[in-house]
Amino acid sequence: MALPTYATPLQRTWYYGFRVICGLIFFFLMFPIAVIVPLSFNAQNYFTFTPEMLALDPEGYSLHHYVDFFTNPDWQHAMWNSLSIAPMATLVSVSLGTLAAVGLSQSHVPFKRVIMAVLISPMIVPLIISAAGMYFFFSTIGLQGTYWGVVLAHAILGIPFVIITVTATLVGFDNSLTRAAASMGAGPVRTFFKVQLPLILPGVISGALFAFITSFDEVVVVIFVGSAGQQTLPWQMFTGLREQISPTILAVATLMVGLSILLLATLEILRRRNERLRGMSPG
Amino acid sequence: MPTDRSDEFVVFDSVQKSYDGEILVVKDLNLSMPKGEFLTMLGPSGSGKTTCLMMLAGFETATHGDIRLDGKPINNIPPHKRGIGMVFQNYALFPHMTIGENLGFPLEVRGMGKSEREAKITRALGMVQMEDFVNRRPAQLSGGQQQRVALARALVFEPELVLMDEPLGALDKQLREHMQFEITRLAHDLGITTVYVTHDQTEALTMSDRVAVFNDGRIQQLAPPEDLYERPENSFVAQFIGENNKLDGVVETINGEHCTVRLDDGTLVDAQPVNVSQAGERTRVSIRPERVESNPERLHPDAHLIDAEVLEFIYMGDTFRTRLRVAGNQDFVMKYRNAQDQPRYQKGDKIRIGWRPEDCRALDA
Repeated sequence: MALPTYATPLQRTWYYGFRVICGLIFFFLMFPIAVIVPLSFNAQNYFTFTPEMLALDPEGYSLHHYVDFFTNPDWQHAMWNSLSIAPMATLVSVSLGTLAAVGLSQSHVPFKRVIMAVLISPMIVPLIISAAGMYFFFSTIGLQGTYWGVVLAHAILGIPFVIITVTATLVGFDNSLTRAAASMGAGPVRTFFKVQLPLILPGVISGALFAFITSFDEVVVVIFVGSAGQQTLPWQMFTGLREQISPTILAVATLMVGLSILLLATLEILRRRNERLRGMSPG
Repeated sequence: MPTDRSDEFVVFDSVQKSYDGEILVVKDLNLSMPKGEFLTMLGPSGSGKTTCLMMLAGFETATHGDIRLDGKPINNIPPHKRGIGMVFQNYALFPHMTIGENLGFPLEVRGMGKSEREAKITRALGMVQMEDFVNRRPAQLSGGQQQRVALARALVFEPELVLMDEPLGALDKQLREHMQFEITRLAHDLGITTVYVTHDQTEALTMSDRVAVFNDGRIQQLAPPEDLYERPENSFVAQFIGENNKLDGVVETINGEHCTVRLDDGTLVDAQPVNVSQAGERTRVSIRPERVESNPERLHPDAHLIDAEVLEFIYMGDTFRTRLRVAGNQDFVMKYRNAQDQPRYQKGDKIRIGWRPEDCRALDA
């Protein structure tokens, strides 16, 4: 959008002002994240740039903190916890969320909006409230402090993302396809796996990525619902910050940022693929 | 009573359908189809024709009454166990599968081996001249090609009954006419029973063995195309099928196959009584534009002639179309062949027209 020649001085000011504002917003969003990346290679146990680092002296940099992360039993324990909780929570979210979305897309379901609102609510209710509620509820039924308790809690947080993304793909889904499958002799289960699921797969996968990131980054609920045995990476970082300020946190943060970027890139590729499929679908 | 009589392959027995429990979309439908028949359900939208098709396919349940297929009630059989082929309006091809996989789907469901599947797929695609497209995806085909594939997919598992829900609605005119011919040819060659739903009367007339004209949830007339056009049984059918002139009046005399009708402006016309039985009844007479005669020499000497005024004369190439004012009706149309000996009228010409009594049907008012 180039500036037209007839622009008034006010429009010119706004034209450049707008770009400056956008740049500032971008800077404030990205800088705190970007700055931890070089810091994580700090050779010293400091959270600040050392004079050697600023002089770009190779002596000032090291993989020390990364080595620490991969050798320290506390961090390793946390990583394996995160890596065992997040995929399972994702699996539960995706299965339940997809079923809910498919069910809610049927025209004859009563109270659709109400059900939808209830299912989406974990996204809207303040996390601390969900966490406290789940703590008391899970304590009563014996799930508090267990692996499955944390998995379920994280699955509940992930379900809204799956419902939203799958519902969005279902909007473009042609119901005569399921009828066609039935007319050719396929039962409902086969129709779902062979016809419906492949077509809504991009939505299911984006939902899964969101659910995964939700669980992987989550700290509030896990502190309430989990016990020392379920200490995840974010939890470990949180305690690390409070108790033993170690730049290993920066190394972990960098790795997590990298993972998030990877997942977001996957998401974007899937979205494009989805758009292409949509453009190709008949009618 | 289950029967295996071949003329009762598909039977609707007092079928009713209501979506909300109050308004009947289909009212007391009775229909019986022999094996191998091509039957079209024709009607305006909301007339219940598609609902009937969906009940037969199993996607809607009948509120009341029985639907039987080959003597067996199918009300409680789910759609995927009915073994009925179906062609959808938007083709409903699976976009994530190739054409070959689309056709293979119903065969795979039936647990058929790979080599047998491939033979059947090739044969079915051959029937619609689409063999070369087996590895393409639906999005890479034109509408007409997709339509052919959809047809092949509905036929590939050799169902005895095939349902078609306005399958040609999305095609352009020329392609539509070609496909009409192709569908009827296939249906007859394969001897399959076909129920075809459309709102296009030309399609219905050209393709079907019999046409069921739907309106207001009822079959208004069920007859071969020729009967439907030549001998409509009520005003709705006369008006819905083809072009039609209608004049309202009262039966003056009635004598077997002939009656005279006093139109509301006092004119007396000849007609054939259909839905009237005695003098004094109100009636609507119906006459096709091509059966209106402006040359009295071609009519019976006793025929009643009517004054008409030419409002419009339209040259249509092979025919002339004249809009007349007749007995107060300004939309009375007369159509005749373009020939050397035929008159050409000017706007405002006063002429006299008439018709053979058997071409003018006195129907319900």
